[in-house]
Order: sequence, then C-alpha cells, then structure tokens
Amino acid sequence: MAYSLQGATGAWEIVVGLEIHAQVVSESKLFSGASATYGGEPNAHVSFVDAGFPGMLPVINRECVAQAVRTGLGLKAHINLVSRFDRKNYFYADLPNGYQISQFAHPVVGTGVVEIELGDGTIKEIGITRLHLEQDAGKSMHDQHAAKSVIDLNRAGVALMEIVSEADIRSPEEAGAYLRKIRQIVRYLGTCDGNMEEGSMRADVNVSVRKTGEAYRTRCEIKNVNSVRFVMHAVEAEALRQIEVYESGGSVTQETRLYDPARGETRSMRSKEDAHDYRYFPEPDLLPLVLDEAWVAALKEKLPELPDEKRARFRDDYGITFYDAGVLVAEQATADFYEQVAKGRDAKLAANWVTGDFFAALNRSGNTIETSPISADGLGELLDLITDKTINGRIAKDVFEAMLETGDRARKIVADRGLTQVTDTGAIEAAVDAVIAANPDKVAEYKSGKDKLFGFFVGQVMKAMAGKSNPAIVNELMKAKLG
Amino acid sequence: MSFLPELTIAAALDGLAAKDFSALELTRAHISAIESLDPQLNAFITQTPELALEMAGAADAARAAGSAGPLSGIPLAIKDLFCVEGVRTTAASKILENFVPPYESTVTAQLKAAGAVFLGKANLDEFAMGSSNTTSGFGAVTNPWQRNGSNAKLVPGGSSGGSAAAVASRMAMGATGTDTGGSIRQPASFTGITGIKPTYGRCSRYGIVAFASSLDQAGPMARSVEDCAILLGAMSGFDARDSTSAERPVADFRAAAKRGVKGLRIGIPAEYRMDGMSAEIEGLWQKGVAWLREQGAEIVDVSLPHTKYGLPVYYIVAPAEASSNLARYDGVRFGTRVDGEDLIDMYERTRAAGFGAEVKRRIMIGTYVLSAGYYDAYYLKAQKIRALILRDFTEAFAKVDALLTPTAPSAAFGIGEKTDDPVTMYLNDVFTVPASLAGVPAMSVPAGLDAQGLPLGLQIIGRHFDEETVFAVGGALEKAAGFSALPAIRAGGAK
Repeated sequence: MAYSLQGATGAWEIVVGLEIHAQVVSESKLFSGASATYGGEPNAHVSFVDAGFPGMLPVINRECVAQAVRTGLGLKAHINLVSRFDRKNYFYADLPNGYQISQFAHPVVGTGVVEIELGDGTIKEIGITRLHLEQDAGKSMHDQHAAKSVIDLNRAGVALMEIVSEADIRSPEEAGAYLRKIRQIVRYLGTCDGNMEEGSMRADVNVSVRKTGEAYRTRCEIKNVNSVRFVMHAVEAEALRQIEVYESGGSVTQETRLYDPARGETRSMRSKEDAHDYRYFPEPDLLPLVLDEAWVAALKEKLPELPDEKRARFRDDYGITFYDAGVLVAEQATADFYEQVAKGRDAKLAANWVTGDFFAALNRSGNTIETSPISADGLGELLDLITDKTINGRIAKDVFEAMLETGDRARKIVADRGLTQVTDTGAIEAAVDAVIAANPDKVAEYKSGKDKLFGFFVGQVMKAMAGKSNPAIVNELMKAKLG
Repeated sequence: MSFLPELTIAAALDGLAAKDFSALELTRAHISAIESLDPQLNAFITQTPELALEMAGAADAARAAGSAGPLSGIPLAIKDLFCVEGVRTTAASKILENFVPPYESTVTAQLKAAGAVFLGKANLDEFAMGSSNTTSGFGAVTNPWQRNGSNAKLVPGGSSGGSAAAVASRMAMGATGTDTGGSIRQPASFTGITGIKPTYGRCSRYGIVAFASSLDQAGPMARSVEDCAILLGAMSGFDARDSTSAERPVADFRAAAKRGVKGLRIGIPAEYRMDGMSAEIEGLWQKGVAWLREQGAEIVDVSLPHTKYGLPVYYIVAPAEASSNLARYDGVRFGTRVDGEDLIDMYERTRAAGFGAEVKRRIMIGTYVLSAGYYDAYYLKAQKIRALILRDFTEAFAKVDALLTPTAPSAAFGIGEKTDDPVTMYLNDVFTVPASLAGVPAMSVPAGLDAQGLPLGLQIIGRHFDEETVFAVGGALEKAAGFSALPAIRAGGAK
C-alpha cells in the first residue's frame, strides 16, 4: 500500500528528491594545500587561495576527485571522463572569492541508482541524477561581538560532494532510508565520515505533493536539514503544509524554506523572486577535468565490498537470514567484527550472539564496536566453549556477563568458577532420580497428561546441578525416567 | 663608458660580464633617470630604489662569486599587477591602495632567481582595463613621445602604459607587462618599443592580479627583439600552481631571434585591411611585407573570416570573467573597506569608492552578459565565435608559419581624447584581440614613424607555442626597419 496523506479532498501523494552535501574525506582542500581537518583554531587552516587573495589560483586536488569517483562507483553511477568546473557567483562575507567553484553543467559523476529497504522488507530503487564536486564556504558567526560578525574560513574550500537524487522518493520513510543508505555507502567507501552532527553531511530536501496520476506540482526546497529524523519530519511537515495551501484554495510558490525542528514546521527563507542569479560560467582558471579510464578502473578495482554485496554474501555464505545480514552490514565495523567471530565457527550461532547479547551489551554500556570491552576474538572463544560443549548456552550467558564485568577471557572465567558442563550420565541420572523422588505429586500430574510440567523437571535438575549439566542429556534421561 | 640607460639588455649583460660597470652603477643610473623623469611621466606607482640597490648589490656579489644568473644586475620595471612579496601591489586601483602581498608571483620569482633588479611597480590602467593608461587610480601615464612641434601630452597606450613609458624613456631596461587583449602590444607600438604576448599558458599567472583569466598572459617589453627574447626566457615555464600553465620546454628564444626568415611563409590576412585605415598604417604594413620578402620569406594572402567579431567577442568574454574575478574586492579580508550600515551597504560603499568608472562599467557589462536570460545570447554565443576565431588561426597556420599585421589602428593619441565614447577607445584593440582570443603568441615591433613623428608597430602572430618563429620574424623586421628614432622625453636626452 503506497504511502499517502489524507486531506479534506482525499489522498495526496508526496514527491521528494534529496540533494545531499557530503564533505569529502581528504588531507587537504579541493583547490589548495590547506588542511581539510575539522576543527582547529579559527582561520588556522586557510591558505591565500582559500582566502581569495589577488592573483591566487585554484589547483584541483587529485585525491578529492578520486573520492568523488569512488563514491560514484559506489552509487553504480556513470563516471564522466570529462567534466568541468564552473563558477557560481554570489556575494557573502564567508565566500572569499565572491564565487563558489562547483560543477554545474558537466558533473564528474552522472546517473546511478541505490536500493533502499523499507520496514516491510520491500526493496525500492532510487535514481541518482548526478554527483558533483564543489567547494564549501566559510562560517559566519553573528553572536561573538555586539556590532560585528566574525568569519572563520577553516571550512572555506573544503571539498563537498553534492549527490542529487531523482524525485523517486514517495514517503518520509523512504527519504530517511535513502539518506541512511547514502551515508552507509560513503562510510563504507571512506569518502565521507557521514557525521551529520558535525555538519559533514547535510541535505536539501525538495518536496511537492500531487493527486495520484498528476504531473509534478510546484516544489519547495528545504535547506540544510542535518539529521535523518529531521529529514523525515521536514518531508511530512512540508507536505502537510502544501496540502493545506491547496485545499484552502491557494497555490504553492516555488521557494527555499527552512525546517525548524523545535516547532516541527518549515518556514519561508526566500522566494523565487529573491533567488540569486548565480551567473554560472565555466571556471577559466581550471582546465576541464579529464580522467584516465585506466585510473578510474584502478579505483574500481580497489573499491571495498559495498553493503548490498556484503549483505548478500553474508546470507549466502554464512546461511544467516537476510534480515540479520542487513543488521550486521549496517556499519562496516560491525560487519568486520561479525566476520572475525564467525570465521571457522558456527556462523548462525555467531550471528545470534553478535546481534543479540553483544549488541544489547553495547547499547546498555553506551559503547560502540570500536570501544567494545569484548573483542571479536574474545566472543569467539566463548562460542568455542559452547560448541565444544564445555559450557551450555545458559551458562554462556553468565560467562558473557562476567566477561563484561571483569574483562577476563571466557576460558578463564569458566575455569575459575568451575562452570564446565557436566556430561557424566551417572551424575545427571542421580540428579534426575532425586528430582522425581522429591516431587511425586507433580510426577502424577505429568503422567495424567500435564506435559508442560516436563520443563519444570528439567529446570529442577539444572538448578540442582547449578546449571552446569548438559541440557540434552538431562532431557533424554528425564524423558526415559518419566516414561 | 657609454650612457648606461641607453644600453640594450644584451649589451648591458656583456658590459657587466666584462666588468665595464657594476650592477650597482647600472641600477643607480636608472634610479637617477627615474628621479628626473618620472615626475613628468608618472610611469611608476611605487618606486623601490632601496630594494633595487639591494638586489643590484646581490647581483654584483653573485657575479663575483661566479654564480650570476641570466639577468644578473638588469634593472626592470614590474607592472603593478604582479605581486612582489613585501612590495605594495595596487593593480592601479584605489581598492588595493595599501595592499602589500605576502607572496610572490611566479614570473617575478623567476626574474629574481635570474638576478634581475626591480626598480619599482609600473603604472597601468586600473586592473589592466584600458588602452590608454588613463583609467589608473594613480593618475595617467604620459607617453615620452611627442608629436612634431607639439608638447601636447600623449597616452602611452595601455594597459601596460607605465611599463612601456619606463622602457621607452630609458628609466628601465625592460619591463614585465600583461596582455589580455593587446595590453603589451599596443603600448609597445605607441612608445616605439618591442613587446611580446607569448602563447596563453607560456608564463604562469600565479600571483598576477587577474583581469580575465582565460586571456591574461604575462610577457616582456624591451627595446629590442633580442632583449624580449632574453626576458621571456627567464619569465616562462610550467608552474604547478597555475593549472592553465603549459608543461612544455622553453626554447632558446634569443637564438631564434637571429634565425632569419628565409623559407618562412608569412600570411597577410585580408580582414585586417579595415575600412578607414590610415594610409600611413597601410603603407607601413606594405613596407613590412617587402622587408620580409627581401629577406627570403614567401608572402601568402590568407583569410581570417571571423576577425570582425573579435572585438565584440572580447568585450563580452573579458568583462564576464572580470566581473567574477573582481568580486573578491569586497572590503572583507584585505584592501580598502568603507564601513556601512550592514554587509550589503559595506560592499556597495567599498566598491563604489574603490573602483574607477571603467572598472565599474566592465563589471556591469560582465554581470549583464552572464545574467539569466542573457547568457545564451551573449556569453555562450561569444564563446562559440571565439572557437571560430581560433579555427581561423588554425586553418591559416596550416598554410603559413606566421602572420604579419599592423599592431594598432593609429599612433598614440592625446590624453583626454577618445574618452567620450568607450567604444572608440575599445577600437584600439581591433588588431590585437583576435590573437588573445585564440591564445596564440603575438609580438609588436617598432617599424616606423607616422607623419607626426610618432612610432608605429607591426604585429607578428605565430602558432601556439611557436614563439621561436615569432622571434625570428620580429628579428628580421627589426633589422630591416632599422628603427632608431628616439622619444622626446628620455634619460640622457635633450630636455
């Protein structure tokens, strides 16, 4: 059932396209040798090129281009071997040259496609229109001085990738899933850290609404939305606003809007009439960007395995569910952790432990894979003890908790605490006999058909043996004794 | 000992090598010429006598140590568009009145490395926008030449007018210029000296205040073809900091200047014979043809059919790029700032006060031709015609080795003339802009005087990166013309 919003005049479909600005991971800026590192003292990472001094010229940073090409390849997109930089002209205090160098007419990456997965497990393709490289502006701060604004140019000139989607998105959920997917891909590729809190990834969201079957109506662009949740909220809020405008007889005007997370609404920033005329023209300080086919092929060769492929491989090679595979590949580090645990072991058992107790423990302790108190090797050792029947699954959970608490290895905990599983049939049989003897009334009930009591008997035996008995043997003997 | 400022660079290098005089003596002679002449000519915006003496001393020391560079001890004027570290660089604009760059242009860095001595920063049209050096924010430059029997002040041409006047009047042995649509060649023609705009990409633009990036090209101005060859050799070469600079070997231009023209095919483009062209210019052009033929060149009529579109295309492309290049002069980070009510008001006041009328005119033209709704009709169409102009040259150069044309449609005119209508002024560039648009090398060589006793130049245009042939033809023309007339105002001359 396709997503729609109900208005007074019936159902409305929403149409969304995203422009994602992703800061490129690189040592230096797109056109200068200044450091592209986040943070630092204000104006510490600024060259004369970045500050737009007279006679300074841009020189394209090869690594930034490589990152854009890698991203394009990750988006299954066409790589344009010839692209070009243009100037986008406008005046602002934190735009030193009075123009931004961008790729307007001829982007380095053309059309591509990404797959998103929705809550019900369906897969949808979202088209990529283009990806282009451009330089970031500096930062203006208006709250540092009573009468003056201050400017930090550290960010000025840092490379951004603008990833433009087709207007294929039809719900807030899809918008969120798409943004997460792009973030996942660039993180896998190492081309953008995807950190939306620090602003290294942000989205402009284009929203319009229409009745089913109609052509596109006028869209509004919501600028600089900086979290997945806000993107989803902004889509819905803006769609509802437009529906209300149409249903009260008005018309939507094309404009740029801002999303206010506190109020959960969008508001007008500037209308089309006030829109800048950017006077784009080819950047005459740079020659066209011409890529060598072999260079692109070499980048493709060295591309890491991407989440979709990894997920399919996990399902096929490890025999785990597609769902679990999706959870495990969400982050590259998680996938790597899982593969280390699963290597040479029962892959399904590994998946259960990683997605279950291990993730729960991380969440509880506020840790990430990188800061996890239990290493892949450590978790693997615990799994080995289960597999070789040294301990049973019940005891394993206690050992795991002890590992978290003490930081000790599983084998040491089992040895220190004497948790080794009892598989001695004689000892178990004695315990089984004792439990039957001690509960004659329950034995009678069981025999008269109350099957559920079987669990009770097993539990009593386990309890008597401090949980260390092999549950399979307990079951087998108990079943035999109770007849 | 001869009067030092009269020497050519080649002769001075010989004299320095022979220890006939020192770099300090040579530099002092030029500083003294500047002191006596520049109050009349206004060729310099900033004089740097202390720096010059320091560089000259270093040149003498280097020569004594046996490590003299190819220009060791040669005093030059540097067009005030080149950033020289620690020396005020204004682009002749009030908006950069107090700007002292903390970096060095590649061209001046190479000249320094070659041992040259910098006498000061030469005047120019503001941001190199002009053909008369009257748009400078630091006053017009006076041409050292005067009409017979008149002391009316004439323009030296532009935009490299200060460089041209300094070299012609013997205040400097040579100078750097920049040429966007004729800014080296036209002033060279107006002041009876030689100047070459090399192929676009031959000299790095790094550290040169930009006017129109796709056209700007640095080049030398001097009193002989050989001197230009010596200077260009030191100025050119690949620079990783300028993406449009060419990774090509630099030839021995000095040797090329002596090659002669025997066997060369020289094209005479029909379209440069314009309606209303003066008989004097036409006559001089024919003389040039005869001189080259006499020296063994074959003369071929060629056609450059899109020549007539050169000026309109140039006056779209150059202002378009300029309008963007000059956006950085906003009062925020450097240069002049006039405070205002808010950011926009500050921009407006700063730029209103900092830019002169011609610069404002070109910013407005450039902004207009790039605007939504006009871009296709102006800028895009101009780019298409620019490609056709380039094709004209490519096709012509399939038949000939170089082209010979007049440099400018007239000799120097009076200061204050041609100012009522900017288009009249723009017509000065009619013969020089096509080569700029095509990016091919072109040189002006003094070839004669008009009836009023003012110098006229002939232009040689060559293939991309074939400055050698341009120098060969220039050398042959120079030899045949035997141009020896002297300007009225010059160091060591009659006052």
